[in-house]
Amino acid sequence: MTPLAAAPAHVATPGGFLLVLAVMLPVVAVLAMLALGPRQTARIALTTLATGLGVAIAIVVELLRTGAALTYVVGGWQPPLGLALRADGLSVAMLAMTALVVAAIGFFAHAQHGLEPTTRHGRAPTTFWILLMAVWSALNAIFVGEDLFNLYVALELLTFAAVPLVCLDGRAETVAAALRYLMFALLGSLLYLLGTALLYGSFGTLDIGLLSEASAEGPGFSVALALMIAGLLAKAALFPLHLWLPPAHAGAPAAASAVLSALVIKAPFFLILRLILDVAPPQAAAYAGQVLAILGAASILFCSVMALKQARLKLMIAYSTVAQIGYLFIVFPLAAGSETLPPWGTIAWTGGALQLVSHALAKAAMFLAAGVIAEAFGHDRISDLGGFGRALPISAAAFGLAGLSLMGIPPSGGFVAKCLLLTAAVIGGHPWLAATILAGGLLAGGYVFRVVDRALATPAIPLAPRKPIPRRLELAALVLALAAVLLGLVPLQPFGFLQLGRPDSLTVIAP
Amino acid sequence: MTLLLDLALVAWLLALALHIARVRDDRNAIVAFIGFGLLLGLGWTRLASLDVALTEAAIGGGVTGVLLLRAEAHLRPGKASGASVSHGGKTLAAIACAMVAAGLALAVLAFPSPAPTLAPAAATALPSTGLGNPVTAVLLAYRALDTLLEKVVLILALIGVWSLAPDHLWGGAPSLRPDVVPEPLAYLAQTLPPFGVLIAVYMFWVGADAPGGTFQGGTVLAAMWLLVMLARLRPAPETRRRSVRLVLIGGPTLFLAIGFLGFAMAGGFLAYPESIAKPLIVGIEAALTLSIAATLGLLVAGPAQTAPGR
Repeated sequence: MTPLAAAPAHVATPGGFLLVLAVMLPVVAVLAMLALGPRQTARIALTTLATGLGVAIAIVVELLRTGAALTYVVGGWQPPLGLALRADGLSVAMLAMTALVVAAIGFFAHAQHGLEPTTRHGRAPTTFWILLMAVWSALNAIFVGEDLFNLYVALELLTFAAVPLVCLDGRAETVAAALRYLMFALLGSLLYLLGTALLYGSFGTLDIGLLSEASAEGPGFSVALALMIAGLLAKAALFPLHLWLPPAHAGAPAAASAVLSALVIKAPFFLILRLILDVAPPQAAAYAGQVLAILGAASILFCSVMALKQARLKLMIAYSTVAQIGYLFIVFPLAAGSETLPPWGTIAWTGGALQLVSHALAKAAMFLAAGVIAEAFGHDRISDLGGFGRALPISAAAFGLAGLSLMGIPPSGGFVAKCLLLTAAVIGGHPWLAATILAGGLLAGGYVFRVVDRALATPAIPLAPRKPIPRRLELAALVLALAAVLLGLVPLQPFGFLQLGRPDSLTVIAP
Repeated sequence: MTLLLDLALVAWLLALALHIARVRDDRNAIVAFIGFGLLLGLGWTRLASLDVALTEAAIGGGVTGVLLLRAEAHLRPGKASGASVSHGGKTLAAIACAMVAAGLALAVLAFPSPAPTLAPAAATALPSTGLGNPVTAVLLAYRALDTLLEKVVLILALIGVWSLAPDHLWGGAPSLRPDVVPEPLAYLAQTLPPFGVLIAVYMFWVGADAPGGTFQGGTVLAAMWLLVMLARLRPAPETRRRSVRLVLIGGPTLFLAIGFLGFAMAGGFLAYPESIAKPLIVGIEAALTLSIAATLGLLVAGPAQTAPGR
């Protein structure tokens, strides 16, 4: 036995089994959908959405009650031989956000499928539900995974669930976009797996906790981390590896676009965060953080300009995704921390986490609103949408509210996030990052106002929907947009919830 | 002598890899790729990793090769001549590959010696699983969650392939449609399956205590099924059929059910009570072997090409 096995690396907590449920419930749904057939699929999905939301709430409650991370050791096999699941404050925030967004998207999809009773049990709706459940399971597994190989399997599950979402409508161009996405994603998986193998070869463990204790150095370690991060960047679509994203996210059906843009993209970022924060030695982390911040800033500027130039609404929203992902990557140098202050005690850490959550809510809202617009008018050419606010007031409001968050205008989660990041950049002496944040906000204002301007226009011939749009179809986007705005009520200071379960966190304050 | 053999194997592998990258004809490259998988399997046996060798030969050479060959056959009629990757693109790929290879070499050469390994820990814990093959113990006990999720990934890949069928064909039967069934193929398809099934069952059964296991056994079973379908002895089943779907999900479902029973019987998810660990694991493996065979066979068969009958 290795000395590591003598002192267990992870001790299961009483609420730890909830993490197993979060990962496995959607899998049960996938299997049940295949067993019971298309007619039961939607029912199973809705039941699972409700149950999964309940599990997520239970996890939040358990975390707040105990004030410590939830841990589960699968099968009782201690790492490094076995694997553990663990959810600290940030992971739980991700789990809860995912559950909320998935539930809202599911509600929207159910309403949309109901518009076409003849195809309700057909290929696209049935496949969508199966894929949605698989995406959910994969995301939860990524947010609670503690073992780098287990995380690889979760990433693969995510990829194989996300790629078919792109080409659900079966048009040749979306199949081409899906194929390109698959190529980038598989390249990313391969690089990640290579790095994982190298780490095992060097340290004989893949448990993140044990790896961080090993506090290793050396060329092998740097190469492994570089490979893994490069692979994850291809999946996260950071500039200049973003080429696959706009056609894939814009071509998918609205509900699928929302899943992809709001949630799927966040998983590789989350893993990069874990690698840099919990695995990489401080020196390498600082260096990687610099490189990632430069790419992030380039993403913000380049893709915001691209978003401004798009003629189609969904392509504009997709480019905006790459730009907003850029903000997440400039967090690394800002949240570097110091001797006395760990990274998760900084305001930039809170800002980054808020940006992650608020972007997920706002982007899902935007894509769902765009889906309603496309459903109502049969197209999404921005210039031909003059006066759509009159025809679809709820969707226009949802789009506008979500836009507030993207631009960073109060009151919204995006405002708090960008304000914290800007403050951190100014205090930390990163003037060019501060300038990028400001420029990104202005550009976002430009592309959001283009659409809001169309919504409020009064054309000579009022725009009329080609078919009646039921209210419940518009509701999901509004709820998500309102949630993004409500996030703005979080106080402008390091947020205690996000530090729960982190080692040597300062005074842990339950919110 | 063995050094000479190893050197020859390495040289052969390198030459074959170069050939695959350089050859213009796609089919030629795929056939070479299948050969590469088999050779690589040989390489793994030289490294005493029999389980990896079997899997590499079955999956890397076999299933992947068949999938590629079918894709190539589909693409051939509409292929524009000369529309391949540009010279610059190839150079870029070559540079990227060279950089990754250099990084790998750097890292592998810097490995500590002796390399840290969990093999002793895996062997020490073996008695409580009742198994004799540590690889199977890793897959079905220590890291059962990985294996369970992997099986779901496999099913998801199939769902993705099925979703490529046009709406009106969805749920119908795929078709392997060879234009003509050559005489030797028909003969093979009639004589080989009994032996293949026997080998598959043996591989699965022996996997508990020696190299072998579900994936290898399942692949051999899938190959036999494909042979029968290719020779038109049996048509491919409709993908919406309940029985097909039950076989597909049977393995993962049993795995998951026993995993959840672990909460009640052994104090945790995917934990086995020590006294009946082995029968449980073998039971899961049996169901998984069938599910893997069905999944791989249907993956090769592809999306539905005939409308579902009433």
